[in-house]
Amino acid sequence: MRFKIRRFDGERSYWQEFDVPVKRGMTVLEALYYIKENLDPTLSFRASCRMGVCGSCAVRINGKPRLACETQVSKLKEPVKIEPLKNFNVIRDLVTDFEGFFKKHEIVKPYLIRKSEGEIRQTPEQLKRYYIYTLCIKCGACMSACPVAKNCLGPMPVVSAYRFNEDSRDEGKEERLKILSDHIWHCHFVAECSEVCPKDLNPAEVIQKLRLEVLKFSMRW
Amino acid sequence: MSFHNVFAVLMKFDVVIVGAGLAGMRAAIAIAEKNSRVSIAIIAKTYPIRCHSVCAEGGTAAVLDENDSFDLHAWDTIKGSDFLADQDAVEFFVRECPKEILTLDAWGCPWSRTPDGRIAQRPFGGHSFNRTVFAMDRTGFHEVHTLYERMLMFPNIERFNEFFLTNLIVEDNTVKGVTAIDLKTGELVLFEAKAVILATGGAGRIYGFTTYSHTVTGDGMAVAYRCGVPLKDMEFFQFHPTGLVPSGILMTEACRGEGGYLLNKNGERFMKKYAPERMELAPRDVVARAMWREIIEGRGLEGDYGPYIALDLTHLGEEKIEERLPLIRETAMKFAGIDPVEEPIPVKPVAHYTMGGIHTNVNCETPIKGLFACGEVACISIHGANRLGSNSTAECLVFGRVAGERALEYVLKRDFKSVSRKEFEREESRIFDELLGRSGDESPYAIKRELNETMDKNLWIFREEKGMKEAVKKIRELKERYKNVEIVDKHRGFNTDLIQTLEIGYMLDLAEVVAICALLRKESRGAHYRLDYPKRDDENWLKHSLAYKTADGVKVDYLPVTITKWKPTERRY
Repeated sequence: MRFKIRRFDGERSYWQEFDVPVKRGMTVLEALYYIKENLDPTLSFRASCRMGVCGSCAVRINGKPRLACETQVSKLKEPVKIEPLKNFNVIRDLVTDFEGFFKKHEIVKPYLIRKSEGEIRQTPEQLKRYYIYTLCIKCGACMSACPVAKNCLGPMPVVSAYRFNEDSRDEGKEERLKILSDHIWHCHFVAECSEVCPKDLNPAEVIQKLRLEVLKFSMRW
Repeated sequence: MSFHNVFAVLMKFDVVIVGAGLAGMRAAIAIAEKNSRVSIAIIAKTYPIRCHSVCAEGGTAAVLDENDSFDLHAWDTIKGSDFLADQDAVEFFVRECPKEILTLDAWGCPWSRTPDGRIAQRPFGGHSFNRTVFAMDRTGFHEVHTLYERMLMFPNIERFNEFFLTNLIVEDNTVKGVTAIDLKTGELVLFEAKAVILATGGAGRIYGFTTYSHTVTGDGMAVAYRCGVPLKDMEFFQFHPTGLVPSGILMTEACRGEGGYLLNKNGERFMKKYAPERMELAPRDVVARAMWREIIEGRGLEGDYGPYIALDLTHLGEEKIEERLPLIRETAMKFAGIDPVEEPIPVKPVAHYTMGGIHTNVNCETPIKGLFACGEVACISIHGANRLGSNSTAECLVFGRVAGERALEYVLKRDFKSVSRKEFEREESRIFDELLGRSGDESPYAIKRELNETMDKNLWIFREEKGMKEAVKKIRELKERYKNVEIVDKHRGFNTDLIQTLEIGYMLDLAEVVAICALLRKESRGAHYRLDYPKRDDENWLKHSLAYKTADGVKVDYLPVTITKWKPTERRY
């Protein structure tokens, strides 16, 4: 199977093609390792868990941001085009700079804020209110798909803020809404983020919900 | 090509933590919570939330129920360890576990709950009480994210993401710092430190069929070993019963904890022959051995990738699987094309956990002053010859905190010792001139492939002298060939060819220790099972092995096991 990979060596950017013998069940990540170990050791990419939980290996595959480790090559159109994520600066080949991404995450105070002490109870229903939003692996796919992420927080930090706001143990919702009131208005609601999220979260919906809450909060309802 | 255009980059921190998984982050927070003026660097080759701890699924053991007891948790752990665990360490450990669960609750960990809002617990292998706390089947993932989020609250913790450990600087048996490659720039960076905590995880990628992330290459273990720190009990490697075929991805023990069966090709729950009482929930060494016996005696199911065992969850029903094992369902569907609601999951025993590691005491102190180790990289030892499921995440939390607190006490009484320019330049030259600058005709990846094949063949679940001798010979041959390895990629920025070659060098050292310690131990205990010595031998082998690197190769000493109140007995389940 033919792979077309976008290379960048720090100065020059170009496409390079590789032919990879494909086995049944092979993933894009396995194909990348095949290339590195057999055809071109200089190919740089990130990977770790290879089971879709660490968030290291998001790249654009035939234009769409996806996790390389959980994308079956048999389901892809040939040649398979692999490029780094959009909206991130490329360091080398498929490796992009995530420092800014994690700084944006920090802005929304993405941690449990709690002054009370003593035993905590949380019912399964209370857990369910926020649980799905804890599943974000911070792979960057939503940021790559977002048309405005370069100029604002982008979808990922907003989901994190919502996750804590909806947690019955948390006492920091007001602080976060105050922060979000400066950051939540850029979204054009094209909902590409929800389309590409490998964990099936729905950041686009979360952004709408939070806009409403920020409005209510700023009008002190 | 010259590589001398490098500026030494110098950082100075009271404490440097290497490794940002559960243990490393827990250590960082423990220090920062007690002291806001001590400077802490946490450096790791991945971003913290990309660490291997996120792959822990089933849960974390802790005594929370009034009908459970510390003694029972300790006894289960010690019996599970085949009596090789140090009992004083285990007694300390079990008492600390519950606090960590409640602490993580207050920090936002989304623990699964009972209907009245308490923290839920599930059954697990080798535990005689339902004491495994869990967050669905993504426990490690949620614990990691909780610690990472918590860590953001402390300004005195500075994160160095994507820095690869190359060496420790040690003088007069005292640690003075570490060197690491900044992946982004490709520069070698010197971190001077009063104390160093190693929390870099296990060595699992020495095996080919493994649950481990690609990044788990034993870096901290190998670096400490090269600096003269002994590695303890390295012959004990855990094989988890249920690795997904063919990838090796972990299918959590919680599958069986929630009621799943293991079936052979005749549809039999064969565990009744091997562990009639505990059945599928016997400890991992027992279950993995039983599965392997079924396979080699021809009772495995036949698949495209050879014989396997069926992990059957179909009788649990869709609702329970969705509620308790959603990740397992998602993973089996994505990586094996199988929906566990409809059909059994194909599994095989798989290399999973390094019981051995850097020799430490219960305070996480190593023989080098100022050097601490915690988590899987360390061997305290609480797991002995076989770890119980859900004791490893617990260990990371408990001993991460201990390492942090002890390191803090240590640095408050110490001054910095400067590292000479020369020492740094020597390290720089070792990596950039001798390794990166070298030309040769060996591919590091071919060496790694052959190492994996050897380990999978000769140091697997059933071992014997002939195979292990072969392995030692093969590993030494590979070490020779490694001297002639060429790194094709000569770039400085994000050179993963260089990093992976360094990792393979680490793994060769560690694999040699595993093979030699296994060859020397002429008995069967826990995960170390020898066809030629199938019985446990307390008279001669109730002792820890300690492997030292010397000029003449690996030297192995032994150390008595600490027994407090539980005398070794026959181990039946």
